[in-house]
Amino acid sequence: MPSTARDAPRFDDRRTAFQKLGCLLEPWLYSAPALILIVTVMLAPLVLGISYAFRDIKLLDPFSGGFVGLKHFYALAADRAFRGALVNTLWWTFTSVLLQFLLGLVLALLLNQPFRGRAIAQALCFLPWAVPSFLSGLDWAWMFNPVVGPIPHWLYALGWMSEPANILANPEHAMWGPIVANVWWGIPFFAITMLAALQAIPKDLYEAAALDGAGPLERFRSITLPFLAPTIAISVLLRTVWIANFADLIVVMTNGGPADRTQIVASYIFTQAFRRLDFGYASAIALVLLVLLLVYSMLIVALRQTLLARH
Amino acid sequence: MMTPKHLILMILHRLAVLAYVVFALFPLFWLLKVSVTPNNLLYSEGVKLWPSRPSLEHYVFVLEHSDFPTFFLNSTIVSGTTAVIVSIVASTAGYAMSRFQFRGKYWVVGLMLLTQMFPLVMLIAPMFKMLSPLGLTNSLSGLVVVYVAFNVPFATFLMQSFFDGIPKDLEEAAMIDGATRWLAFRQIILPLTLPGIAATLGFVFTAAWSELLFALMLISGNKAATFPVGLLSFVSKFSVDFGQMMAAGVLALIPACLFFLLIQRYLVQGLTAGAVKG
Amino acid sequence: MASIEIQSVTKSYGPVPVLHGVDLSIGDGEFVVLVGPSGCGKSTLLRMIAGLEDVTSGEIRINGRRVNEVEPKDRDIAMVFQSYALYPHMSVADNMSYSLRLRKTAKQRITAAVAAAAGKLGLDPLLERRPRALSGGQRQRVAMGRAIVRQPKAFLFDEPLSNLDARLREQMRAEIKRLHHEIAATSIYVTHDQIEAMTLADRIVAMHGGIVQQVGSPLDLYDRPANLFVAGFIGSPAMNFVKGQVREAAIETGDGSRVALPAALELAERHAVIIGIRPEHVRILREGERDGHVAGVDLVEPTGFGTIVHVRLLGEDLKVYTLDRSAAEVGRPLRLALDAERLHLFDGENGIRLN
Repeated sequence: MPSTARDAPRFDDRRTAFQKLGCLLEPWLYSAPALILIVTVMLAPLVLGISYAFRDIKLLDPFSGGFVGLKHFYALAADRAFRGALVNTLWWTFTSVLLQFLLGLVLALLLNQPFRGRAIAQALCFLPWAVPSFLSGLDWAWMFNPVVGPIPHWLYALGWMSEPANILANPEHAMWGPIVANVWWGIPFFAITMLAALQAIPKDLYEAAALDGAGPLERFRSITLPFLAPTIAISVLLRTVWIANFADLIVVMTNGGPADRTQIVASYIFTQAFRRLDFGYASAIALVLLVLLLVYSMLIVALRQTLLARH
Repeated sequence: MMTPKHLILMILHRLAVLAYVVFALFPLFWLLKVSVTPNNLLYSEGVKLWPSRPSLEHYVFVLEHSDFPTFFLNSTIVSGTTAVIVSIVASTAGYAMSRFQFRGKYWVVGLMLLTQMFPLVMLIAPMFKMLSPLGLTNSLSGLVVVYVAFNVPFATFLMQSFFDGIPKDLEEAAMIDGATRWLAFRQIILPLTLPGIAATLGFVFTAAWSELLFALMLISGNKAATFPVGLLSFVSKFSVDFGQMMAAGVLALIPACLFFLLIQRYLVQGLTAGAVKG
Repeated sequence: MASIEIQSVTKSYGPVPVLHGVDLSIGDGEFVVLVGPSGCGKSTLLRMIAGLEDVTSGEIRINGRRVNEVEPKDRDIAMVFQSYALYPHMSVADNMSYSLRLRKTAKQRITAAVAAAAGKLGLDPLLERRPRALSGGQRQRVAMGRAIVRQPKAFLFDEPLSNLDARLREQMRAEIKRLHHEIAATSIYVTHDQIEAMTLADRIVAMHGGIVQQVGSPLDLYDRPANLFVAGFIGSPAMNFVKGQVREAAIETGDGSRVALPAALELAERHAVIIGIRPEHVRILREGERDGHVAGVDLVEPTGFGTIVHVRLLGEDLKVYTLDRSAAEVGRPLRLALDAERLHLFDGENGIRLN
């Protein structure tokens, strides 16, 4: 029977065992390929990875692999580079998400009005998302490079720099490079999700408000924002987690430098794993990152529950 | 009738949109510009908006004297295969999420959400160790397996919202007409979600095309290298030959951008459809 | 063609009961209408007959054979959905032939069957069109054509006319009735519109709150409703109700007036009752006629053929339906008589018919 509804226990169920089994299994059969893939390729390594955090795994050392307990975590606690990476991660995540969100929202609002050429404008504005992230990183790195790029020269011309120099080589400001690249690449995501949400708002609400005498700002505040709020919340939450984990741009543009000033936790993990081949230590760092992100997510969920309960 | 206030607002609006378009396109334009700047003009004309003597020498070099074509081919194979497999797997899974209420559904949804949350970098080490005894490191199939798994959760979510937009009566009508659910799914529902499939294909293709870290980790040597890996190897090998790298970059962009331009409309549509259905 | 038996069928969604034990016997070729307000369980019952919902307890039999566990595709019934559920990516001809193609019927037989059904419904010029190029009425007919082609044991209709405008609904109602005379198939039709029920049904099943309130021919339900619900649901404009108490072998209404008991009934003193009288059975007395009750006129609604007069009578707001256009004016009191033969009496507590 098509299981389109949950049913009370049946007193008089004369289906064959085969039929009952088929009915129960049906949704699982449809989801099986996806689930198998996820479990084997993502969960199994995850569990393995967590175990590595407690073992000594150096790829090139055939004698490594022994259980070392919390040794990595002690080392982590004392690791100044790690603490620097934590701070950088906060800075990186916060600034990227804020800028992407604000600029993406504005773009979505702009695109929500019909105008001639809107389809083309929309396609072009969303294009940066199609650009492979590493390419975007390289591209922006080149644009920041005074040798082949225009940006240092423009900044110099604007008076913001004393001489055309490469921001990426400046420990103080190097982080802006990847941030700008990240914002450029990430605006389309926010714009697309917000645009979809904006288009789902019934137009008559605006008409009714306009008749009632509400100006554009007032309509935005009392109609648009409340409707957008859930979408904003979900997008921001997901992207924050995603960006905190996003190491590609940094690895490509600055490799964490100069002097580890752009190193975030995710890129630090990569460096430890890929460059130094110390899988154990890398896994320990990753585990800490995972725990931090879980705590963050649960805080958000708790926040959402309290907000919902209050209404 | 256009009041002056309306006119000013309209102009501001168009200017703002224009600003975004310029911001979006300028880096790509720059990529193009440097890629057609001959080497001798590269440094002297660094800041000009277009070289005085554009040339295609970099493209020629990249296409004929480097391993670039191999990289391109590998990336195409990996991204294309991943996109197709993910679309199939996500379709059935998304359908299940959309149509069935079953015990354990929330666990499955939670699982998929979880996978979107944890740092993929953390899987690099164990992944390497798991794949190497299977001989899947340094191979395209290994990459495909990894990429498929990474993309399935989001693709399932996308497909689910497309399925949510199709009324359930259609399957019921088909089942009354004599079809099994599987037949109804294949013959009636699936053809109606072509925009969803297009969106998923495009999204996954783009995602796989861009993936860097895992490719870097799992691939060594140029035979199985995808774009990202190949391009980065350019950096170290040729002591930063900007012109050529930009040319390679432009070529790398073309498939990704084309694909994306084709399907971005469906992405918005799909996300809206899911939203409307609640 | 088939007979359908529904025995002690109940339905619950988890702990929530929706149908509380339905017994119904539908004969071969009968047109039965399930009618009732939203949420009464009529659609659920229909879907259970179709096999789209599971039966919590009880039995459904088609032609004597138990079908609780049989898949919809094996029950050999056809359904017309409220939303028509036409396959958007197929032409009208393909929509109608889908079920036959699934059974791998020979192509010639398919073409013949589709042509026959299309002919009956006037769909011949539309066969190659897609559903989106059709009007609401046309889509409705394609949905019926899809059902007819299969020559099933029974037809199920789930509020098929709800999405049409009033004019179209009238037309389609007549077409459905005509088709039923031609094909004489067992049909179960669900609607919330009592006019459709009255005009289409051989028998009406009135439902409310998951319970069958009354089963009978349309005129049975109209003339002798079994309880308050059926009395108020069937007939338009709706029946008038007046609350009262039994006092010395008569009924005393809220404003102190007395109405004679319609039949010899054994009722306790001060027993609460409700009088029911249809608007067309309240007679406006002419000048000079005595008796009756005086009523004030609040509102006059002309509908062309008849006129609905809103009056205040016996302490309640009632409606009178008269064919005399000049009978009433707002402000001019009328003398009204209740037709004693047509008085309905219902128990004040449980709404069950007393006479």
